[in-house]
Amino acid sequence: MNQSIKVLSNLVKSSNTSRSLINAGSRRSVLFKTLNTNNTVRNFSTKQSKIDKDDEKTFDYTDKLVVQKLETYIPCYTIMNQDGIVSKPEQDPNFSQEVVTKMYKTMVLLNTMDSILYDVQRQGRISFYMTSFGEEAIHIGSASALDMGDTIFAQYRETGVFLWRGFTVDDIVNQCCTNDLDDGKGRQMPMHFGSKKINLQTISSPLTTQLPQAVGSSYAQKLAGEKNCTIVYFGEGAASEGDFHAAMNFAATLSTPTIFFCRNNKWAISTPSKEQYKGDGIAGRGPNGYGIRTIRVDGNDIWAVHNVTKLARKIAVEEQVPVLIEAMTYRVGHHSTSDDSSRYRTVEEINYWKETKNPINRLKNYMVRKNWWTEDQEKAIVAESRQLVRESLMKAEKRKKPALSEIFNDVYSELTPNLIEQQKELEEHLKLYPDEYPIDQYAK
Amino acid sequence: MFTLLLKKLNQPALNSTSKWVARSFSTAPKEVTVREAINSALDEELARDQRVYVMGEEVAQYNGAYKITKGLFEKYGADRIIDTPITEAGFAGIGVGSAMAGLRPVVEFMTWNFAMQAIDHIVNSSAKTHYMSGGKVFNPIVWRGPNGPPTSVGAQHSQCFAAWYGNVPGLKVIVPWSAEDHRGLLKSAIRDDNPVVCLESELLYNYKFTLSPESQDKDFLIPIGKAKVERQGTDITIVSFSRIVSNCLEAAEILAKEGISAEVINLRSIRPLDVETIVKSVQKTNRLVTAEEGWPQHGVGSEIAAQVVENAFDYLDAPIERITGADVPMPYAKNLEDAAMVQVQNIVNACRRVCYRKK
Repeated sequence: MNQSIKVLSNLVKSSNTSRSLINAGSRRSVLFKTLNTNNTVRNFSTKQSKIDKDDEKTFDYTDKLVVQKLETYIPCYTIMNQDGIVSKPEQDPNFSQEVVTKMYKTMVLLNTMDSILYDVQRQGRISFYMTSFGEEAIHIGSASALDMGDTIFAQYRETGVFLWRGFTVDDIVNQCCTNDLDDGKGRQMPMHFGSKKINLQTISSPLTTQLPQAVGSSYAQKLAGEKNCTIVYFGEGAASEGDFHAAMNFAATLSTPTIFFCRNNKWAISTPSKEQYKGDGIAGRGPNGYGIRTIRVDGNDIWAVHNVTKLARKIAVEEQVPVLIEAMTYRVGHHSTSDDSSRYRTVEEINYWKETKNPINRLKNYMVRKNWWTEDQEKAIVAESRQLVRESLMKAEKRKKPALSEIFNDVYSELTPNLIEQQKELEEHLKLYPDEYPIDQYAK
Repeated sequence: MFTLLLKKLNQPALNSTSKWVARSFSTAPKEVTVREAINSALDEELARDQRVYVMGEEVAQYNGAYKITKGLFEKYGADRIIDTPITEAGFAGIGVGSAMAGLRPVVEFMTWNFAMQAIDHIVNSSAKTHYMSGGKVFNPIVWRGPNGPPTSVGAQHSQCFAAWYGNVPGLKVIVPWSAEDHRGLLKSAIRDDNPVVCLESELLYNYKFTLSPESQDKDFLIPIGKAKVERQGTDITIVSFSRIVSNCLEAAEILAKEGISAEVINLRSIRPLDVETIVKSVQKTNRLVTAEEGWPQHGVGSEIAAQVVENAFDYLDAPIERITGADVPMPYAKNLEDAAMVQVQNIVNACRRVCYRKK
């Protein structure tokens, strides 16, 4: 994985994108004027006056009968080794001590919060939780390369992205405890966040539905002429769903500013990636399959992830095209609190990743090399993080549960007759049996 | 096929001009096809609101598989009339995502049968987004296309989804019949902040109706969730929606000759369901027949029967009868298909039975 890399941008596999751009200027005026630059306009519906011979330009005819097979794999971009040494100093993003410290603290906070909330679920205080162990560099590395105006569609294991964008431990804990401060009004299971504050669309449980939706979101950004993109995260297992194909093909043909960010963490619950797909992983599908520019990156190298996401964002926003990123990592924790991964993988395998490729330690080593970090500071932030999460949890558990009226609100933008009827029934029932329910524990 | 069908249906004359209000912009009643009614509704809403766009297979250059979007691509361009690759799950998901981001997509399914490949986005995403986001995110989408058996296309293209989508809280479901319905309901649906499933009928597309001057107005809206009494009557209530309203009106004509005065209710919406109008009518007529193209079990008629039993049981003088499509996948052969589909005679016979008339 630590092979030397040429220039990063060479890695972005480019397909023949010009092929699909036909005669954009002859169409009726574009309503969203900012759109009207030469290569940003999509073109499904354009009438072609000449016979399209482009197909012949894309490949050669041959008299050799050859069955093609996979011979070259897309390389994996990495710049910082486990000792925290950046192989090409010019590719070090060179963040200030302050920013790097904030990044590191966020990773530690995420890791600490995951440990505590995982245990809290085991104690039966929340119903469900999903940890991000081992994927912290992906979260912070990618989030730090985005703009706050960019829209996030997440799968469910991207909590660090939200933390970096200003979602707080309280926001997370209140949602997991489904109290009256839960932004989702107690309607979703834990870890299914949504927040206008950080431009995160509400997480959807059915796997991979977020991908075509993200393409729709970025299409809206494109029509509005925004200088923003939509990034959508998903696992390598999710990429087996039909929605993956739908999204990739639409993004390519509609030419939308979408970043497809695949976290290939080697395990989809109990299915290892070698049973999930054949061929050159998820990245391999991008350039040849869909004509989408693609980068594979070491997901445990925060600087590599940052550089890759930053470049992908630049391409997406400036050229109004999708980019696929496949970040190679490892799911150190169980899939969720409903899973016991010791039944299908060895402790040795987990420890190999945890010890020799740990993304948090890698950044710590980088900081220690720069004399930015000491063991005392380490102990202090771990203690601080634990304190923060525990206090948040204590506050959250004491709060009232969501108001009963929230059962009926927001089914539609207004209450329909059947909802009003149900609401009345509930009110009458509660009047009849005021002592049978702990109404005083619910918000009003 | 259409001409044959028009004969078969014996189109009733619509007399909606009696109530028209004189307005300066449109002077006279106008006869239009349902296709033209939908097209004009889309055109006006595209012109009114730049956030509205139309997406689906073949909707742009080809003007739609059923020519519903005729002329719109030329008028609004490729950014707002979008042809898509053949992936229902793809463009349904893109519709949901773009609506979350503030656009107001009108997503055309070539037929509702094909929407089965995208039903996760319709049911699990669009219907629930507003609720699950704590009321913060809206999903103003119109999902539209032809529904129900169009004749001679076999089991996989001939089914009614009114009961399916009518079951889902978070969705609104409209089932227009006349040209006025199609205009007023579709325009309301596009302006609605919630996802709306619009179930049209391919068989109705060529059907002509008279549009009152009022319903030609570019701001003509029909409230979603309100039924319309298409024909007043005193002896029996017939409730229906979409294409079968025609059959019911025809049945009412036949029954009138036998001295049975039938009231025909056009539901217009499946969800919210206008129970009040149905109950009021049953309180007057004391008898009820429902008629729909879909299957009987858990059908729209089943729900109406349950509502009437719960809300007007004491007013009923006879058991309720449901007329539905046969409880089988639709056969292709003409004779079998005719037998499986709702015919006018079925409705007439049911009304006779419910009125205890022998003939």
